[in-house]
Amino acid sequence: MSALIRVNGKDEALAAQTVAELLSARGIKRPKGVAVALNGSVIPAGAWEKTGLAAGDKIEIVKPFGGG
Amino acid sequence: MADSFVIAGRSFTSRLFMGSGGYPNQQVLLDSLNAAEPALVTVALRRISLEPYAESLVDLLDDFTLLPNTAGCATIKDAVLTAQLGREALETNWVKLELIGDRETLYPDVEQLLRATEELVKDGFVVLPYCTDDPVMCRKLADVGAAAVMPLGSPIGTGLGIANPYAIERICVTSSVPVVLDAGIGTASDAALAMELGCDAVLLNTAVAKAREPQRMAAAMRHAVTAGREARLAGRIPKRTQAEPSSPQLGLVGG
Repeated sequence: MSALIRVNGKDEALAAQTVAELLSARGIKRPKGVAVALNGSVIPAGAWEKTGLAAGDKIEIVKPFGGG
Repeated sequence: MADSFVIAGRSFTSRLFMGSGGYPNQQVLLDSLNAAEPALVTVALRRISLEPYAESLVDLLDDFTLLPNTAGCATIKDAVLTAQLGREALETNWVKLELIGDRETLYPDVEQLLRATEELVKDGFVVLPYCTDDPVMCRKLADVGAAAVMPLGSPIGTGLGIANPYAIERICVTSSVPVVLDAGIGTASDAALAMELGCDAVLLNTAVAKAREPQRMAAAMRHAVTAGREARLAGRIPKRTQAEPSSPQLGLVGG
């Protein structure tokens, strides 16, 4: 079985080496308005390139939506 | 001199904060916000979906100052992480802190709210907690460093107005930090009443987003907040139980 990571609550095969690659594979290129947490800690946009991913990692990728 | 108020060193002339949720579409949202001229616009943080280039809310609301919220969070852990994600996404250390204790009423869980406020303040946030209309809780929130308190008028989205004007007035009298009436506003007179009771500002969303004509209601809210504030400054007359004629009682014709 391939290694898994959990992205926004869903398990998927670990294909990306870094946070930046994971986002790029989803078509997210501009960091503006997007924020990422890895295992409960926010990863600043400036560190996406150098932050590696490993099996079992939990990633949250969020952006602003309308809200009160 | 403009009538302004200050939260955490930032001065605001508009006393209306607007939510950005539940509008029929993005254009109506934008038109309504332009009509409301809000000091701040709240936004939620949610997991990204793969909708391929829906216009980003951040770009759409470029002209406004955004205030990320932690809406829907039920634990301190989730609320703190959401606040930190909001800080990163929107490059602001301000947060509207929501910690929901009950799904039916969306009432705040004040015990967790207090602890989360304390934690976020220590982490360098300017925390604006959405809280109950309880003067004691508001005092405790200010004591742990809340930059303002945001007591509810009535439950979120109900439009029931200010259920306990006495409590809101007491909070305004006793609070050491600005008071923003948050939630429950149904129509313009509710917003005016909040200001007449002494609130520094009003935060509303559904009353505009779900109005038949949102843009028109947004303008009404702007006027209402201004009118209520002016009335507050002007000083209302005391209430009396007996009528007092406003016309002279002498010189009546006839008799």
